[in-house]
Amino acid sequence: MLLMAAVAQVRVCSRISLVCLLLGSWALLSVCSGTPASASASEANKSDSSRSVSRNKSVKAFPVVTVDFGHVRSPFVVALWILLASVLKLGFHFLPKVSTIVPESCVLVCVGLIVGGLLKAVGETPPILKADVFFFYLLPPIILDAGYFLPTRPFSENLGTILSFAVLGTLWNAAFVGLLLFAVCQIQGSGLQHITLLPNLLFGSIISAVDPVAVLAVFEEIHINELLHILVFGESLLNDAVTVVLYHLLEEYASDPEIGAKEIILGILSFFVVALGGIFVGIFYGLIAAFTSRFTSRIRVIEPLFVFLYSYMAYLCSEIFHLSGIMALISCGVIMRPYVEANISHKSHTTIKYFLKMWSSVSETLIFIFLGVSTLAGQHEWNWIFISCTVMFCLIGRVLGVLGLTLILNRFRIVKLTPKDQFIISYGGLRGAIAFSLGYLLRESFPRTLFLTAIITVIFFTVFVQGMTIRPLVELLAVKKKQDSKRSINEEIHTQFLDHLLTGIEDVCGHYGHHHWKDKLNRFNKKYVKKCLISGERSKEPQLIAFYHKMEMKNAIEMVVSGGLPKLPSSVSIQHVQRKDTLTERLLPTLTKEREEEVRKILRENLQKTRQRLRSYNRHTLIADPYEDQWNQILLKRQRLRSLDPRGSTYLTVPTAGRGSPPEQKPAESDATYFEPRDPTSDLPSITVDLASPFSSESVETQNKGAVPGEDKGIVFSAKNPTNDENGSPNQRMQRFVSDPGPDNKPNDHFQS
Amino acid sequence: MGSTPSLPAWEIRNLANTTGFTSEQIEILHRRFLHLTDGKTTMSKDCFDNIPDLDCNPIKSRIVNAFFDGRNLGLQTSGTVDEITFENFLTTLSFFQHMDDNHTKEDLEYYKNEKLQFLFRMYDTNGDGKITLEELREIVDELLSKTSNAEKTSSSIADAAMLEAANICVGQMIAKNPAKEQAINFWKAKPLCPGTDSLAGGKYELAS
Repeated sequence: MLLMAAVAQVRVCSRISLVCLLLGSWALLSVCSGTPASASASEANKSDSSRSVSRNKSVKAFPVVTVDFGHVRSPFVVALWILLASVLKLGFHFLPKVSTIVPESCVLVCVGLIVGGLLKAVGETPPILKADVFFFYLLPPIILDAGYFLPTRPFSENLGTILSFAVLGTLWNAAFVGLLLFAVCQIQGSGLQHITLLPNLLFGSIISAVDPVAVLAVFEEIHINELLHILVFGESLLNDAVTVVLYHLLEEYASDPEIGAKEIILGILSFFVVALGGIFVGIFYGLIAAFTSRFTSRIRVIEPLFVFLYSYMAYLCSEIFHLSGIMALISCGVIMRPYVEANISHKSHTTIKYFLKMWSSVSETLIFIFLGVSTLAGQHEWNWIFISCTVMFCLIGRVLGVLGLTLILNRFRIVKLTPKDQFIISYGGLRGAIAFSLGYLLRESFPRTLFLTAIITVIFFTVFVQGMTIRPLVELLAVKKKQDSKRSINEEIHTQFLDHLLTGIEDVCGHYGHHHWKDKLNRFNKKYVKKCLISGERSKEPQLIAFYHKMEMKNAIEMVVSGGLPKLPSSVSIQHVQRKDTLTERLLPTLTKEREEEVRKILRENLQKTRQRLRSYNRHTLIADPYEDQWNQILLKRQRLRSLDPRGSTYLTVPTAGRGSPPEQKPAESDATYFEPRDPTSDLPSITVDLASPFSSESVETQNKGAVPGEDKGIVFSAKNPTNDENGSPNQRMQRFVSDPGPDNKPNDHFQS
Repeated sequence: MGSTPSLPAWEIRNLANTTGFTSEQIEILHRRFLHLTDGKTTMSKDCFDNIPDLDCNPIKSRIVNAFFDGRNLGLQTSGTVDEITFENFLTTLSFFQHMDDNHTKEDLEYYKNEKLQFLFRMYDTNGDGKITLEELREIVDELLSKTSNAEKTSSSIADAAMLEAANICVGQMIAKNPAKEQAINFWKAKPLCPGTDSLAGGKYELAS
């Protein structure tokens, strides 16, 4: 009933609804956690009574209603937490003012704090974010999502920069923070003398790693340009190897009083093993996944499962050998993606995308909430000097590291990193839950509580202060934002052309540069790898054509979904555009809403009648669902049809291509699903019905005047002859959309069904 | 390498002034030039056949023609020449130089425009200052030339591309302005190559 009250008031005071939700959930949680005691008691009673029943055979009523919570406890609590997290995410978006000022992560941490506080007030111990749960269940979806959808082009172009930030930057940060903290610890009177050098260095290495979860959460909302995004994000992903190595190394040797050259060499060696091993494990599983997806054409339903499972196996396998699981996941996703996407169906692709987004979103929410809860759960040891120095050194170390590295890197980069960029990169170095979990895993021999407190403080500082202020700072500094443009076919053509051009020039100069190797890799890929990993015809499909098909499909789906005029007609014949000098203003006409509704109503009434009278159709062509798997067939059919009339005459291009008449820019792709052309060799257009598109106002008017929809003749369209200049070209008359597939002898005037 | 004649210093300085390369770059390129021409002082089109990697390039002919295109070499004639000297070779390659920030803003704009003009001339094979649909189709055909079954799709791809360009510059499209303006506008509007292409570590770069 709390929830219902909340819903009732949601418009007026959504904050109250949030609080009500929170209270309700807290009540449930306390009930859940409270009942095990009573549940076990009732169970004990029941077992006693059942035993007594069997012994004494006394008459006992069959319990109609029993409460047996202990049975369901763990899945119930887990599901409840996830539900709570998701509902809170919903509620967050209902508060527009809050969502613009405060990033989502901050709100979630606050909520976690509140829930933890409530639980503590009740007397229960709030659950702590266990490292196992975090590393095995909460982190992989986020990383897989990031890796699978990683924009490979900017990533590979900036790989050198990203690697140097990840490796050298993290090492510098760890050393800087660790050494300076050690110096601080030596200060008399700070009460910290017991912390020697190695624990300090270990602490430094834990705290210095930029966290991918936090970076994603904050950077997603500020929409900065692609370069900065990929730099910071790539760094946060790749520094996992460094963190893992440093952590294990220092933990091992922390008890050892001396570290010699041998240990350092072993450490460097182990870094390469960890990083490269993780990558190889990922590549191995990625290739197997791509190979498996080649054979899934019979059972499309389990295709997404292969993607998820192989990636998860890559992660777990690398964790067996203490290799870098994050790098395994990233490389698995990156390798797998081009081949898997060529093999799987469109629906599977959508499924994978949405499942990954869903899981990563839920994981992120849970991580932040648990961060808040765990803050109140553990014990804390507060030492002003240590903690304030930690925060300061983290900030200063990051800034110095970025500045220094950029100075060196700018000598090798073409697009230099401006000071604005450097500021954003250093400001975007957020710490998050990975640092917390690593700190949690420390053995007791370290001053664990102090470290945990310090880690939590740094995390809170970066998430709250830096997270909240980065958006106004981005606005203030006028940093370039992400350009929200779809990748167009022109871009694709020009990019490929430029790639080939630069490779050619490199060859002429005899220089083996970046382009040369990339070209060689592409050719190797095309010649050998694609043949193994992609099934059927798609293996030979060049990238341009694949891109083109994808774009067409996207346009088509957009058109069907929006039910209206396309924004970008994909391939209407150019001749129409060039001819219609007077109609340029009408290139993209707009219909008023009422007109559209009217048109749709008329169409629906008329077309429903005529559907039964069609003489030739088959199941596939009448289905108004362009998502069917026969999509490719239809595209091919249409292309074949276009090829039959090489003049590209106006007659054929309008309805056969189903692209609609250019002046009105009818939606294209959905047309072709409705009819197979009956007489493809004839000069006459095939007539298509377009259920999804509104007609132009002119043709509807004509139809209204001239046609007799009431009669059982279906739609009759007469050619528009009022204004000759517009209808001079014959194709204008061809835009009649009727239901009968058979073309009449007089293609010019009437089409009757 | 020891027997190749090197350029006299004054010539190197001359070339450095006109093309903007440094002296070491000019020397390296001169050695390469001589390697390609087998010691002769002028280069003809079949010298480019010596480069094995270039054969796999789908737009090889366009690249080779770009070196011999009169417009690139600053000649008044718009035809192609048959032989080019080392200076012409350098002129063409100088289009791929990196413009560092020492130049003024107008200079940078000018160089950017020059590079775009060079690219445009590569697309515009008949030299009339316009990129027509046919020329676009040829380009797409070449890009897809290594595959077998692409004839029909290439024309529709070219159509789609032209229509997109039309949509970007609505109103200018109707054959009044040469397509060059529109194409250049288009290239400026879209982020083509993010500017991080580099040919040699610091030697030749094309930034757009």
